[in-house]
Amino acid sequence: MVLQRTFARYAERTAFERPLTSGVAYAVRVLHSEREQFEKHQGWTIKRMDILEQKPVHKDDYEPEALEPSPVQEEYAPVIFAQDTVSHVISLDLLSGKEDRDNVLRARASGKGVLTAPFRLIKTNRLGVILTFAVYKMDLPSNATPNERIQATAGYIGGIFHIQSLVEKLLQQLASKQTIDVTVLDTTNQSYPISMYDSSSNTSDNDLSYVSMLNFGDPLRKHEMHCRFKEKAPWPLLEMATSTGILVIALLLGHIFHATMIRIAKVEDDCRKMMELKKRAEAADVAKSQFLATVSHEIRTPMNGVLGMLQMLMDTDLDVTQQDYVRTAQESGKALVSLINEVLDQAKIESGKLELEAVQFDLRATLDDVLSLFSGKSQEKGVELGVYVSDRVPKILIGDPGRFRQIITNLMGNSIKFTDRGHVFVTVHLIEEVMDSIDVETESSPQNTLSGFPVPKRRLSWSKFRSFSQEVPICPSVSLISDPINLIVSVEDTGEGIPLEAQSRIFTPFVQVGPSISRTHGGTGIGLSISKYLVGLMNGEIGFVSIPQVGSTFTFTAVFNNGHSNLGEFGGPQINTQSILSTSEFHGMTALLVDPRPVRAKLSRYHVQRLGICVEVVPDLTYGSWSVLNCGMVKIDMILMEEELWDDSSSSLPIFLNHLRDNDPGAVPKLFLLTNSVSSSRTSNGTTTAIPSKPAVITKPLRASMIATSLRRVMGFRNRTDLRNGETSRLALRNLLQGRKILVVDDNDVNLKVAAGALKKYGADVVCENSGSKAISLLKPPHQFDACFMDIQMPVIDGFEATKRIREAERSFSGEYGRGNGSQDGKAVNCHVPILAMTADVIQATHEECIQCGMDGYVSKPFEAEQLYREVSQFFASQTN
Amino acid sequence: MSRFHGNTQPPAGSVLEQLLAKYVDYMDSLRRESFLDDQFTQLLKLQDENNPDFVGEVVSLFFQDSERLIGNMGTALGKKSVDYKQVDADVHQLKGSSSSIGAVRIKNVCVFFRNLCEAKNLEGCYRCLHEVTQECVVLKNKLNTLFMLQKQIVAAGGSIPVD
Repeated sequence: MVLQRTFARYAERTAFERPLTSGVAYAVRVLHSEREQFEKHQGWTIKRMDILEQKPVHKDDYEPEALEPSPVQEEYAPVIFAQDTVSHVISLDLLSGKEDRDNVLRARASGKGVLTAPFRLIKTNRLGVILTFAVYKMDLPSNATPNERIQATAGYIGGIFHIQSLVEKLLQQLASKQTIDVTVLDTTNQSYPISMYDSSSNTSDNDLSYVSMLNFGDPLRKHEMHCRFKEKAPWPLLEMATSTGILVIALLLGHIFHATMIRIAKVEDDCRKMMELKKRAEAADVAKSQFLATVSHEIRTPMNGVLGMLQMLMDTDLDVTQQDYVRTAQESGKALVSLINEVLDQAKIESGKLELEAVQFDLRATLDDVLSLFSGKSQEKGVELGVYVSDRVPKILIGDPGRFRQIITNLMGNSIKFTDRGHVFVTVHLIEEVMDSIDVETESSPQNTLSGFPVPKRRLSWSKFRSFSQEVPICPSVSLISDPINLIVSVEDTGEGIPLEAQSRIFTPFVQVGPSISRTHGGTGIGLSISKYLVGLMNGEIGFVSIPQVGSTFTFTAVFNNGHSNLGEFGGPQINTQSILSTSEFHGMTALLVDPRPVRAKLSRYHVQRLGICVEVVPDLTYGSWSVLNCGMVKIDMILMEEELWDDSSSSLPIFLNHLRDNDPGAVPKLFLLTNSVSSSRTSNGTTTAIPSKPAVITKPLRASMIATSLRRVMGFRNRTDLRNGETSRLALRNLLQGRKILVVDDNDVNLKVAAGALKKYGADVVCENSGSKAISLLKPPHQFDACFMDIQMPVIDGFEATKRIREAERSFSGEYGRGNGSQDGKAVNCHVPILAMTADVIQATHEECIQCGMDGYVSKPFEAEQLYREVSQFFASQTN
Repeated sequence: MSRFHGNTQPPAGSVLEQLLAKYVDYMDSLRRESFLDDQFTQLLKLQDENNPDFVGEVVSLFFQDSERLIGNMGTALGKKSVDYKQVDADVHQLKGSSSSIGAVRIKNVCVFFRNLCEAKNLEGCYRCLHEVTQECVVLKNKLNTLFMLQKQIVAAGGSIPVD
């Protein structure tokens, strides 16, 4: 519905388009059968107008409440909207006014604008005419019969003209009022011309007057304008000039009236269109929400099936390649689910409901995960993919890993999508590093890039950042962050770039570079706008530089909290299985990295060093290069070589190996080739020996865990049963849960038994309860239990309610005993028991609700080892640790 | 390709092999016809020497529970003014426990059943109740057969394949 206020404001704003009307009003057609409901809806009764016309009231006496309600009629035309200048006409029934009635009936039957005879306007008592248009419910053909038109009538729009002010305005514009008398007559009825405007005091002799017909666009009404000189007959020349002037006035008057009518018709038309559009938009909005909800659910359900089966496949006996395929398939499935979430995110952003988590996470592991997500794609395309994290970035950060991952995934996804050669390179630094040193700039100079392809100057991508241009302390607004870590992350690619004309709008939701893009590359076009919003939530900024046919670099900043400063409070860091597996065994080894390209060498070194391996870098294996290394002093355990060097090194490699053997006869370093493409890795996969002619291959993108696997395979550290994925998470889970006292709450006995059985399997000491109230009585601080798994849907007291009450009890307890917030000696008094929701549906909304009422996470029923591990590991440090 | 747990004793000839083949076939048919899904396999995996009759316990608990719930629903639906909320709560319970043991068919009927409760469709509810009852009986028989096979396998000196 359009409100009176909206209408008044719209009419006000567009008033300049109708300079000669003193007000516009809109009346609707109401049949008698609809009257009661209409009046109830509007809150007033339809008033009659005729009485008002018979005894015109003075301006100040005008009281709308005192008007008489309209008598019973077949139909009514009450005014519902009016511009503020004429708002007193609201609720008046136009059909009850004599002039208006004719007008309205004529207007709707003809479909054209209709003018009334001049009459005294209500309230102001000034002479005026009303121009009326009918508004139809639908578009009518031009040849519609009057009857059809009447049927289709929705209402009437009227423009009110004060004749006097109208003509005066015009004459003033011509500045000749003093010398000319103008009389405008309505001559529709020939015998009784009605004077509409008369500037002279006496209507005297007709001599020397000029008469012209006026056409206001209403064929039924005739108007005449009589012009006469006020003074005596002037000079003939002046007379001629004046008569021309009068003609001009007449034409102008007619023209202005005509233009106004067209304007009004347009306004009326616009108004109808707007109403229509608004209705459609509202319907579309509802439809959109429903669509999102339905589709996301409908896709998630089968996807859960797919992902579940892949998970099971992972647990079977697979070789490394098969494992990689399955993992890739699984990651892709997860990406699809995340895409659905993305669409939901956009909806959430639009409603301002998106919030960030603050949990500990390992940035490097997170990036490795994202990397593996894109590994298939990059290998397939032959694009080099790499992630480099500066050593100065702390291992553990506190922030929202999921959202960080989302930003990175989005940027990398775009980069991979649009890059067919060269590289995609993600770098993470502290802002301070970038600000302090200029070498980041030289680093990205042409030729010295990851793949050797030129890239745009990275510095330009952050040239617009506020925190850089002004020397303000970064993020002063974030008081919650005690030890802020300001990261700057760049995603650099050598792809096709963004066309210059599209660069200004790439952060706008649902906008893609061009329509052909979505056809060839897919995607919703909301990723970047979501990323920008998320970066904003992380108190950062995002920017980019892009040169068509060269590449793009997106850079964003984000503020996290340092995870080391309060390690004790949160319990151990979230250990992922990879770091458990990898660290110790390679510690103290030395690798020789052969790579002529410094940027790439730095990247490879970063990943190898993460395993605790010491890395020496040489550009090639010529004597000059390696002789500077003190090979006699350091035992080299492995040689990592870029694949492109392999052919050239056929002569230098044996010499080098011989040299090593001379120094230390037992030293047989393992040789690895670092390669981009899948094909070459396939041919030599599994047939890895120490013979240099058939070196082992490590397929990029490099990740610490993946390098570890390859090294282990070649160097024969463990037998492969230990590497089976499901096994490790189960083992790790056993480590975590062994001997833990856990309360399981579910009103369903069968569920209870199954959940308890699963937890017992991992060595936990399980107590079962079947109601929320029992859980509350058992979970009183100081806690006897290490954790609680709670069903959400329970009768009487559900999981949310029970958790809320438990948290309340904990708060009052820590208030009594914990001296303030009790965080200092939080370990002595165990006053926060981890509570995990058990739920059958994994919809995000439920997750949010869990967090809101004080739960620490959720696991889906039935239990899945990996998810259980992920959730549980946040609370229990591994006992082996 | 199924792996077997702890095949310490070489089986006594072809009898055990036949039993195992029969068992695997039977399990397959149960899955194929959606009587059971992977959740049931998960339960089998949870059963070990510390918890030798875990699945049997869970299953008998399930049937106890479902008989009680079905009884409740029958009573509730027979009343003059049916308390659909109560019926729905019971169906929800049954849905939860059936998905816990992996009884897919029962679970699916429950999903449909809940819709009908919401729509307060008495006739439909009765139909579903009947269907659920039927499914329970069928599943009970199927599981009995399965457990019998398991016992025979164990008696023949083998162990139960879980994949």
